[in-house]
Amino acid sequence: MSIINHSTSPDLPPPVTEVGVIGWMRHNLFSSPLNFALTLVGAYLIFTFFIPAFDWAIWSANFTGKDQSACTGGGACWVFIADRLNFFVYGFFPDAEYWRVNIVFILLAALLIPQFIEAFPYKMWLGWALLVGLPIVSYFLLIGGSFGIVHVETEKWGGIMLTLVLSFVGIVAALPIGIVLALGRRSNMPVIRGICIGFIELWRGVPLISVLFMASVMLPLFLPEGLNFNKLLRALIGIVMFQSAYMAEVIRGGLQAIPKGQYEAADALGLGYWKSMGLIILPQALKLVIPGIVNTFIALFKDTTLVLIIGLLDILASVQASIIDPAWSDVATEGYVFAAFVFWIFCFGMSRYSQALERKLHTGHKR
Amino acid sequence: MKSKMLGVLVAAGTAVAFAATASAATLDDVKKKGHVQCGVNTGVPGFALPDSKNQWTGLDVDVCRAVAAAVLGDAGKVKYTPLTAKERFTALQSGEIDILSRNTTWTHTRDTSLGLNFAGVNYYDGQGFLVNKSLGVKSAKELDGASVCIQAGTTTELNLADYFKQNGMKYKAVVFDTSDQTRQGFEANRCDMLTSDASQLYALRTKMKNPNGAIVLPEIISKEPLGPVVRQGDDQWFNIVRWSMNAWINAEELGITSGNADKMKGSKNPNVKRLLGTSGDLGQKLGLDNAWAYRIVKQVGNYSESFERNVGMSSPLKIARGVNALWNKGGIMYAPPIR
Repeated sequence: MSIINHSTSPDLPPPVTEVGVIGWMRHNLFSSPLNFALTLVGAYLIFTFFIPAFDWAIWSANFTGKDQSACTGGGACWVFIADRLNFFVYGFFPDAEYWRVNIVFILLAALLIPQFIEAFPYKMWLGWALLVGLPIVSYFLLIGGSFGIVHVETEKWGGIMLTLVLSFVGIVAALPIGIVLALGRRSNMPVIRGICIGFIELWRGVPLISVLFMASVMLPLFLPEGLNFNKLLRALIGIVMFQSAYMAEVIRGGLQAIPKGQYEAADALGLGYWKSMGLIILPQALKLVIPGIVNTFIALFKDTTLVLIIGLLDILASVQASIIDPAWSDVATEGYVFAAFVFWIFCFGMSRYSQALERKLHTGHKR
Repeated sequence: MKSKMLGVLVAAGTAVAFAATASAATLDDVKKKGHVQCGVNTGVPGFALPDSKNQWTGLDVDVCRAVAAAVLGDAGKVKYTPLTAKERFTALQSGEIDILSRNTTWTHTRDTSLGLNFAGVNYYDGQGFLVNKSLGVKSAKELDGASVCIQAGTTTELNLADYFKQNGMKYKAVVFDTSDQTRQGFEANRCDMLTSDASQLYALRTKMKNPNGAIVLPEIISKEPLGPVVRQGDDQWFNIVRWSMNAWINAEELGITSGNADKMKGSKNPNVKRLLGTSGDLGQKLGLDNAWAYRIVKQVGNYSESFERNVGMSSPLKIARGVNALWNKGGIMYAPPIR
């Protein structure tokens, strides 16, 4: 009879405090006194803030219905947003003409989304269509009055549509003007340099709100009576001027980061000014400052809300005009949450695009 | 009212040159354009607010609709320009709009130095107080030492200071940026009372979780006659706007409504006949046709109908007529006769 057991005894299960939920908690939540405290603080925040917020926004919220009487859940009254959604998207645009705005939205999405997809063919052509073709098509579609579609005055534009028009025109126009200004500021020709410096410093030295205010309140007084520029056009010109000055400085930062050797190499190849800039300097400089450029774009997108001080009803102003409607009870929070969400979607999209662009273009600069 | 002092100064300074220049005939211009360009508030409940069908509605909006009905025959032929307090006078001076109907208080300075004319009053407003019912206060005079929620940068701030000084009382101002924030501060008990124009107090009260927990005190501490404004120097247009409003108000006095306007055309009452254009040539004297006032009543309704629909008992604001009742019904709304 052998007292030696040759078979290996089965492994004991690990202590309960090391595996499973408890083990995970011990390792990740309560591994030190500091973590213990942080976990408690986190749990406290979840219970006092996030759960009530979720409860307000989703569980106790009302989503369907027609008017105030549908909001009985005690949470958010999303019925209000649903009811006023057309106003938030199209402003005062006539119902029958919504399709025109929709076409512009669809075109924008159709041209923009391929830019996110690495392998998409003809991206360059789509890009040009986006930057040049879309504004032209949108102009004729939104204003109307030609090709047999009715004219819609810009006073009727509003909501997300107006915000997109303002920011898209601002972005598309500010980048090329900014590039020209940045090059001009580094030019050897004193007159050009002087003009560019003067322009940049003038526009960068005043707040956007005062630019808009001047454009809407002072400018009409200097014009002869009866001669009126469209208010939206005045605001757009103000925004483009202002943002191109900022853009110029961002791009100048990129130009200064290019080593002198690159300029000399371009000269040595016998390239003229425009060719050396277009083929050698700018591609490198712009790539370097993508984060700065996108930063300016995002700031521009959010700055467009300032037009509410000159009575243009962009998304934020149309939310503000709707939440005071006495037909609804206190829906201020719902309105502002909605506006913030819309802004977040667009700004987050821009941010992701810039990161994708950086990854694609990185050629050794990335650390 | 919401007069931002800066806006007034800017407008006053630059308007002097414009005051002298008589503007071209707005009536011809409007007829050529085919619409009345109307400057309205960017959003004030009861006076100018986009409704659920994205159409501007309100008592101020109805003034423009009445003028469009009189001049162009269709109350719908109005285009609206939402304006902030600062840019409203410039927009009118520069010819961007034909009528400014944007709850603008008629004051001496504005009437005399901006190159503008006030064509009448469509709502007599005044600054009032909203307090919690639980305070048990019956009069503003009992509010010594109270904290007051107030919107920044408005004349209400100045009126409040004047009122408390006059009565030898102290107060603590709790200042907010927008009127909606003022209401939220009041609801969160940041202050004992809230002050604003009385019409706005009612609008703010409807937004409260417990509207019946707050009362509007009887004291009105300022005069805010609100009315439409036109450019100085175009008397014909001024007359049209003024008499469109008078017809609107007289129609109530004569009992003509949008419902019975057609029937009233057969009325024997000479006042009704003159108003509806079945006798006389009063419309032609304005440069319009004789059915001008008939169209106002038919398409917009009389003053009472507009009032009740926008701010009165059939609206969420539920403001009583008060001083805005007709002169023969205890109010001060009085229109010169159409004859």
